[in-house]
Amino acid sequence: MAVDWQNYCTEGYFDELILNNDKARNGIQPLVDYLNSLSQEDLQERKNAAEVAILAMGITFTVYTEAEGSIDRAWPFDIIPRILTRKEWDGIERGLRQRVKALNLFIDDIYHEQKIIKDKVFPAELLADSRNFRPECVGVDPPLGVWAHVCGSDLVRDKDGTVYVLEDNLRVPSGVSYMLENRQVMKRVFPELFENYSILPVDDYPSQLYNCLASIAPCPMEHPVVAVLTPGMYNSAYFEHSYLAQQMGAELVEGGDLVVAEDDCVYMRTIEGLTRVHVIYRRIDDLFLDPEVFDKESLLGVAGLMRAWKKGNVGLANAPGAGVADDKVVYTYVPEMVKYYLGEEIILPNVPSYRCVNRKELEYVLANLDKLVVKPANESGGYGILIGPQSSAKEREQFARMIRKDPRNYMAQPLLTLSTTPTLISEHVEPRHVDLRPFILSSQEINVTTGGLTRVAMRKGSTVVNSSQGGGSKDTWIIDLEIE
Amino acid sequence: MVMLSRVAEHVYWMARYIERAENTARLISVNSNLLLDLPRKVRPGWLPLIAITASDELFHSLYSDADERSVIKFLISDTRNPSSILSSLQSARENARTIRDTTPREGWERLNELYLHATAQAAAGLSQKKRFSYLKSIIFSTQQITGLIAGTMNHDASYSFVCLGSNLERADMTTRIIDVRSANLIPDQDEALQPFENIQWMSVLKSLTAYQMYRRAMQSAIRCSEVLTFLLKNPEFPRTVYHCLGEAQAHLESLPHNDLPLRSLLNLRRIVNDVDTHAMNSKDLHAFIDNLQIGLGQLHNQICASYFRVETGQQQIQSQ
Repeated sequence: MAVDWQNYCTEGYFDELILNNDKARNGIQPLVDYLNSLSQEDLQERKNAAEVAILAMGITFTVYTEAEGSIDRAWPFDIIPRILTRKEWDGIERGLRQRVKALNLFIDDIYHEQKIIKDKVFPAELLADSRNFRPECVGVDPPLGVWAHVCGSDLVRDKDGTVYVLEDNLRVPSGVSYMLENRQVMKRVFPELFENYSILPVDDYPSQLYNCLASIAPCPMEHPVVAVLTPGMYNSAYFEHSYLAQQMGAELVEGGDLVVAEDDCVYMRTIEGLTRVHVIYRRIDDLFLDPEVFDKESLLGVAGLMRAWKKGNVGLANAPGAGVADDKVVYTYVPEMVKYYLGEEIILPNVPSYRCVNRKELEYVLANLDKLVVKPANESGGYGILIGPQSSAKEREQFARMIRKDPRNYMAQPLLTLSTTPTLISEHVEPRHVDLRPFILSSQEINVTTGGLTRVAMRKGSTVVNSSQGGGSKDTWIIDLEIE
Repeated sequence: MVMLSRVAEHVYWMARYIERAENTARLISVNSNLLLDLPRKVRPGWLPLIAITASDELFHSLYSDADERSVIKFLISDTRNPSSILSSLQSARENARTIRDTTPREGWERLNELYLHATAQAAAGLSQKKRFSYLKSIIFSTQQITGLIAGTMNHDASYSFVCLGSNLERADMTTRIIDVRSANLIPDQDEALQPFENIQWMSVLKSLTAYQMYRRAMQSAIRCSEVLTFLLKNPEFPRTVYHCLGEAQAHLESLPHNDLPLRSLLNLRRIVNDVDTHAMNSKDLHAFIDNLQIGLGQLHNQICASYFRVETGQQQIQSQ
């Protein structure tokens, strides 16, 4: 038996699969039995098979800093799946639907009447200082009133087992292609495991995404022309852009491929001439979208795109300006939004958060910097964060200065002890911290991926799961125990 | 599936650069051999290669001597020369990189390997001893890539742009080789060189791997006018101007709104078909080749304008 569960230490953590007394959680035993049946060689063989499959399938992510030649790195993947029961997942899914519904109502309100501000539920100052609020979008009515068509919400589980939402990514969340490819790799490497489990499928995402995008075409049509707008091959998520375009049968375009003509419609330059584009799934940030309106120097975008969008001649997903709700300080108001717009209590809680913009909370944060995680409002990818317990006095001083100078731009949370899950590290199975990013699609209906992308911090003790900073990923199984 | 102009342009240039790297390797290889066959005092040296690649000005601004080492370095590994083998391979690779969804994966991998190999081994290309095998490996690898693409890629619009690119580049290089070898190398009245004329024309054929095929097709000795007829007008040998234009025509005909480039191309083909090489002196020939090159340039510009530089005003009426 290759896996030594006796020495698998879950103490102080919530482990996703294993209980403290080295027993498997409900529904996990078949996986543990299966792993136990593998010899050390078998295990290594499967691991190698997964690596070969990843190379053969060409699953890569791009690293910015590397010089030309090897800009693509194979996607780091762990072969032991992370498992959730359908029963638990159903609750999480309900919570995600509720959240995204409220977030879209909030964005639409912010760009129209701003009732939530008038009713004093959401402070006007916050909006005034928001870096992702786009005055250019005020009064625009995107189809169906939906702004955030694709949302990736990061979930974490604390040591008592509670699942919290860490943040909602409403600008250009990435990772879904890895979720899909991880499942393909697992099916190749562990086909026999799939026979013993009822694992809910994930692979209808591309068609759901296509339907979601098609639904925001300028007028109802059978086959709208959909394009995925990428910043280009040097972007870290280029693999995903080209993957999704392929899977949806959409065109993968760069800014230079598109042009807005005199009729304020968007066209792509093809060898046949200019071909009309009806919907753009844009994977570039707002500020680069249209040099006529935003960053004048941007070569990534398309001059006149905002004009075309405002006139309703092209659908844009996510809508420009949707990022106003993708702000770690605005995030702290999501429970209030849910109550305000839906009249409901929030199902999936936020991580308890301190808003530095409130005097009292600011004082608490400054006094407890060594215990808290401090996050700037608008960074993503884990950049610009202070992890109090791991920080030096000098770093804390520096952050205290920055927070005092611009309290609106910071929020703080207690350091959660992220849950762990068994992970194959060289030749042993050891606990590693994980999070989970499900993707939520909104148009006429809301669709949530079954599970999502489990990201795992491969370094011992680390809770940094971002792929740009040494994280890996796992296949995520939602298993239906009732069927069995 | 529509074909984006950007993708078409990258495919076209990738093919041109692969072909250019191959042709440059052929040129250097044959010139090396030719020099060994000619008596020392009449050896034309290496400068004609600079003339063939139309880079006199750039070369002289970078090198003070036109000796063997400088010319070889300039043509093989100097990345300041945009047409050197390494520059061509690099450009081919950069173009290929952005269209990895369109071209077969093995093609990209081989091209990437070739670039890395050619760069790592560049010193071998400069040494007289190892040059031949270095150049041979480049020629074989490019042939392999071209073969992989032809054998594993959908023969759709994007493949048509591959063939347009490689055939135009090939036709261009064949005209350059003819031009320099005939006009610049052999003054009509230079008696000292007359005995070696055969050797020179043989080297022209060999630089295009055309010697054996010439023998089969023409069944005649190596004579200037016969070689010219063969290289310009033979419809069967795949590196002759006429053949390349024919290939380009077939692919152009499969593309939409091709009237402008197709008209130029047909015109060029007629000119080549009608020319009588026997009646030409070297001055006529030079003027003729000049004309051909201008025509090839125009054809290239029309392909760019028709397919790569699509501007507003060219909307399609029906968009689905």
